[in-house]
Amino acid sequence: MIAAAEKSFIIRMFHVHHNFGPKKALIDITLDIAKNEFVFISGPSGAGKTTLLKLLYLGEPVSEGQVLIDGINLARIPRNKIPYLRRKFGIIFQDYKLIPTKSVYDNLALVLEAAGAKRRIIQKKVKSILRLVGMEDGLKSFPPSLSGGEQQRIAVARAIIGDPKIILADEPTGSLDDESAEAILDLLRSVHIRGATVIIATHDKALMRKTGGHVLTLQQGRLETSTFLEKQYDDAILQTGDR
Amino acid sequence: MMMRFFKRAIDDIFQNRFLNFVTIITISLAILIASAFILFFVNTSEIINSWQRGLRIMAYLKPDIQNGDLTNLEHTIQSLDGVHTLRFISKQEALDRLKAQMKHQSSLFENLSENPLPDSFEIRMTASTGSWQKIESLAAQIESLALIEEVEYGRRWIGRFVHIVSLFRLTGYAMGALFFMATVFIVANTIRLVIYSRREEVEIMRLVGATDSFIKLPFYIVGLIQGGLGAFIGLVMLFISFFFISANIEEGFSPGLFRLQFLSPATMGGILLSSMLIGWLGCYISLKQFLKA
Repeated sequence: MIAAAEKSFIIRMFHVHHNFGPKKALIDITLDIAKNEFVFISGPSGAGKTTLLKLLYLGEPVSEGQVLIDGINLARIPRNKIPYLRRKFGIIFQDYKLIPTKSVYDNLALVLEAAGAKRRIIQKKVKSILRLVGMEDGLKSFPPSLSGGEQQRIAVARAIIGDPKIILADEPTGSLDDESAEAILDLLRSVHIRGATVIIATHDKALMRKTGGHVLTLQQGRLETSTFLEKQYDDAILQTGDR
Repeated sequence: MMMRFFKRAIDDIFQNRFLNFVTIITISLAILIASAFILFFVNTSEIINSWQRGLRIMAYLKPDIQNGDLTNLEHTIQSLDGVHTLRFISKQEALDRLKAQMKHQSSLFENLSENPLPDSFEIRMTASTGSWQKIESLAAQIESLALIEEVEYGRRWIGRFVHIVSLFRLTGYAMGALFFMATVFIVANTIRLVIYSRREEVEIMRLVGATDSFIKLPFYIVGLIQGGLGAFIGLVMLFISFFFISANIEEGFSPGLFRLQFLSPATMGGILLSSMLIGWLGCYISLKQFLKA
């Protein structure tokens, strides 16, 4: 029974600390995230949201404590296995992180090429994912020629093209207008419905209200609350996240 | 899959045209200089070898040797390592030869009361006795024999020439090593600049799960292309220079005396591979430093 329960957690953190020099970015974080959860990591700027996401994909090494991703202990993962760990994630950055000198097609194809997919499959998948994000006409465009909303949609497309188990999104709607933000959220919801675990770092209350889910609130590097928010209500919980 | 890596490598070269152009030209100049040295050695070695092939040792005998002793001496010399053939030249035959060679000064021989020339052996060496040291050693062995008065083997200046060429060869090796290191350093720096200009792209590749080899391979291909193209351009420049210089040099000598030759296909292949190795090594050094982080 215990084993079955443990199996359903895709992310587990035990007493995790992370320091940037003398500064403590994360302090004693212990949390579990189940498979196919929709999770918000909330908190004010500097609370440690981005750092927590980075620890998951080994963008930063863990200073202390244990992190388990899909049963893999990150403290014991050899360097040459890190790329395979990262293929479990689709990461969406606030600043998009698209390669400006490569076309939209090449930006998306890169994920599949890195995983060793065949050219025919890549072509098919890139076209279908661009259709999904409503950017099928932008195949040959280059990121700098696209609007912020369009670039973020391409970033989402890149995050989901490899069918990852976990989607990490760092302030995915932070710099977008309402319409573009709604489109991005719809995409993330659709990926969640298809079985992925979605983790969004945000301080946007409205975003959490619209979707609902597991809300982890960070405050000065500490996990302050871990609550479940129903869609469209429960403002009281959101208030604690904004302190 | 390899085609994709090639495409990425070619894209990289075109995106960083100037850097790659400078690197290729630097490699080609280094290859030109190093190959010019090799070409010089190939031709001087050929000249020395042809001299050595035609070289013979003349062993002059002491006067009044009995026939039995002569036969014994002949057997002794024949048994020495490196001796191919030997021929006895009597003092009379030597004088006749001299007279034939100096027929325009025949009056010089009219007043000779007796033949001043000694009996001798003309000794030719086996093909394996090519090196100057072996010839010297063989000559010393013959000279040490009791019935031998003196040994003469070609002109001593060949020895001096060989020493000078050896000195040049050493300088060539030193310069080759220096050029090799300098070129590796330049390629490493170019690749480092290219990687630095693309560090964000490399970081993104890592974040989407690209392995180190997936990231590195196109850079290695760029290094190999730089090395290959550099060698090709360097060898073409060398051939053009050789074409003009050899025409002038051969005009200055009597025809058939000696013929300058260009590098053999095997040597050119070796230079091409070495140059590609330079490109690869330059990449290896900078990638090792960059991807360690």
